[in-house]
Amino acid sequence: MTEGDGYNLRLYVAGQTPKSIAAIANLTKICEQHLPGRYTIEIIDLMKDPALAVRHQIVAIPTLIRQLPEPLKRIIGDLSNVEKVLIGLDIRPT
Amino acid sequence: MTTKAHAGDLLTLGKSATGIRGLDEVTQGGLPQGRPTLLCGSAGCGKTLFGMTFLYNGVVEYDEPGVFLAFEERPEDLIKNVGSLNYDIERLIEEKKIAIDHVELERTKIAESGEYDLEGLFIRLGFAIDSIGAKRVVVDTIETLFSGLENEQVLRSELRRLFEWLKAKGVTAIITGERGEGTLTRYGLEEYVADCVILLDNRVDDQLSTRRLRIVKYRGSAHGTNEYPFIIDEQGITVMPITSSGLAHDASTERLPSGVPDLDQMLEGKGYYKGSSILVSGMAGCGKSTLAAHFADATCAAGHRCIYFAMEESPAQIVRNMRSIGIDLQKWVDKKLLRFSARRPSLYGLETHLATMYRDVSDFDPAAVVIDPLSALLSGGAAGDVHSMVLRLVDFLKANGITALFTNLGVGAGENAATEVQISSLMDVWLLLYNRESNGEHNRQLYLLKSRGMAHSNQVREFILSSDGIKLRPAYVGPEGVLTGSARLAQEAKDEASVLVRQQEMERRSRELERKRREIAAQIEILKAQLASEDAEADLLDREGVAREDQLGVDRVAMGVNRQTGGKSDMPAPKPANKPKT
Repeated sequence: MTEGDGYNLRLYVAGQTPKSIAAIANLTKICEQHLPGRYTIEIIDLMKDPALAVRHQIVAIPTLIRQLPEPLKRIIGDLSNVEKVLIGLDIRPT
Repeated sequence: MTTKAHAGDLLTLGKSATGIRGLDEVTQGGLPQGRPTLLCGSAGCGKTLFGMTFLYNGVVEYDEPGVFLAFEERPEDLIKNVGSLNYDIERLIEEKKIAIDHVELERTKIAESGEYDLEGLFIRLGFAIDSIGAKRVVVDTIETLFSGLENEQVLRSELRRLFEWLKAKGVTAIITGERGEGTLTRYGLEEYVADCVILLDNRVDDQLSTRRLRIVKYRGSAHGTNEYPFIIDEQGITVMPITSSGLAHDASTERLPSGVPDLDQMLEGKGYYKGSSILVSGMAGCGKSTLAAHFADATCAAGHRCIYFAMEESPAQIVRNMRSIGIDLQKWVDKKLLRFSARRPSLYGLETHLATMYRDVSDFDPAAVVIDPLSALLSGGAAGDVHSMVLRLVDFLKANGITALFTNLGVGAGENAATEVQISSLMDVWLLLYNRESNGEHNRQLYLLKSRGMAHSNQVREFILSSDGIKLRPAYVGPEGVLTGSARLAQEAKDEASVLVRQQEMERRSRELERKRREIAAQIEILKAQLASEDAEADLLDREGVAREDQLGVDRVAMGVNRQTGGKSDMPAPKPANKPKT
């Protein structure tokens, strides 16, 4: 595993809504399955820091942003469609 | 210009004044307070500017901070765009009076997977509102979301939630929307925002675009229902709130001089009524502008303000031309009593002109205006439009007690032109200027066709432009007909000559009489002299007779003496009585 392979993911949620909870669960599951040991997930609750929503241009909740590797990628939704998440994050199924 | 919101008035809906000239009158106070208003219109009709003006005025005039949620333009661009209107948005952002949040959405950069909502947008908006204590919000243009996100169902339910949320927040909001085919907005936002809908429009007729505004709906409030023209220029947005409903203006008995003493004479010696509308019509070159300049000059000389709307000549040209007849308009311009507002009629449509005039008049607050010529504007629209525009202008000016002088270039048969017929009924005074050809020359004539509310002269006057202004001469009316110009002069000369002849004849006859009288008097003198000499003769005769008797007596005595004494001559001759001895 090289530096460039690491996935730095940020998930923006707004409190403990069903969609947020589902998104967190779905994301963790996908990462464990496809990127074991190669990822970090940061969960940001905009309810606690709304200024971040402005700074990071968040409109929809939940929003997943792939910080690394470049380029930046955005996926919105509860991430229930695994195939779309994989395409969105540019992860080839292993 | 603006009315404060009816805050605290329980019976009526609270209103948030926009501070946009005219709009607050049309909406009778402003936008519904604490509710969203939908502002729709096609691209380029000024929605964003409207929103920004609403926020800016809110801060500057009503101390209500505002949030601008921009979907289309970046904050830098927004600030730059309204900088031309002298809106210092940057300063207000620093002072935490205005917050701008730009929402970037690009479909190609966003993948969708599963369910989502727009809570992020709510959080951002809520954050912005809370950070500055905003009372006003502009969302421009939220429909961008439809092209940024796939799930229309989610969007629709979220939009509904957004409007409810804004209402719950108690902010007065403007939501802008792009005009759709056959609907007010492309995505039917009017379904969600039901309190107040304002439609902006920018129509092009005859290559001239005119901006118009209409209140489509205003729940819980009376409002003007017409299309009102509005303008956007360096002074911001001005809506022309004029309708022709009011006919309740005061009628002043005050008079304003026309600037031509001879014309004042025709108007009961006092001039026009204050607040009346005067139409001066005539062919090219009959002196309409000159008459108008006289009026402007007289108004300023009386210490009143006047606006001269010049449609055909530049101010410099008017000033120069009027100097040739002894009117110095420049000095009034320098004293800020006279303002020229020169615009080519083709610059914009009729209604835009109307709105501009409205703005100028509200700014300058003149006692009189001159529109020279009105006919230049008339080419800008259909006859019906012209009538309605002039009507609204006249009503507006009358309501403000402003005396207006319109010049009108009569086409073809001068006084019969169709537009004039339409306009003239709105006018209180109608002056007709002719330029009649006779004997190889054109002469100007003036006729006061009507003048409401005063006993005016019915005479046709000859109208003379001299180096010290307009002079009116009574036209020659005699057995030869009505004569003007050199024909009048010739006739007057002829008349003068015949008067001279008659005078000379009179003098001759009176001399003759005098001579005869003197002759008779002389004869009387002669006869008197004769009589006197006859009298003298008679007297002489008398005296001669007495003398002779005496002599005879003396002679007889002498003879008697001679006979007695024989010649004693030393004896006194008389004493014949003492001779009784003989």
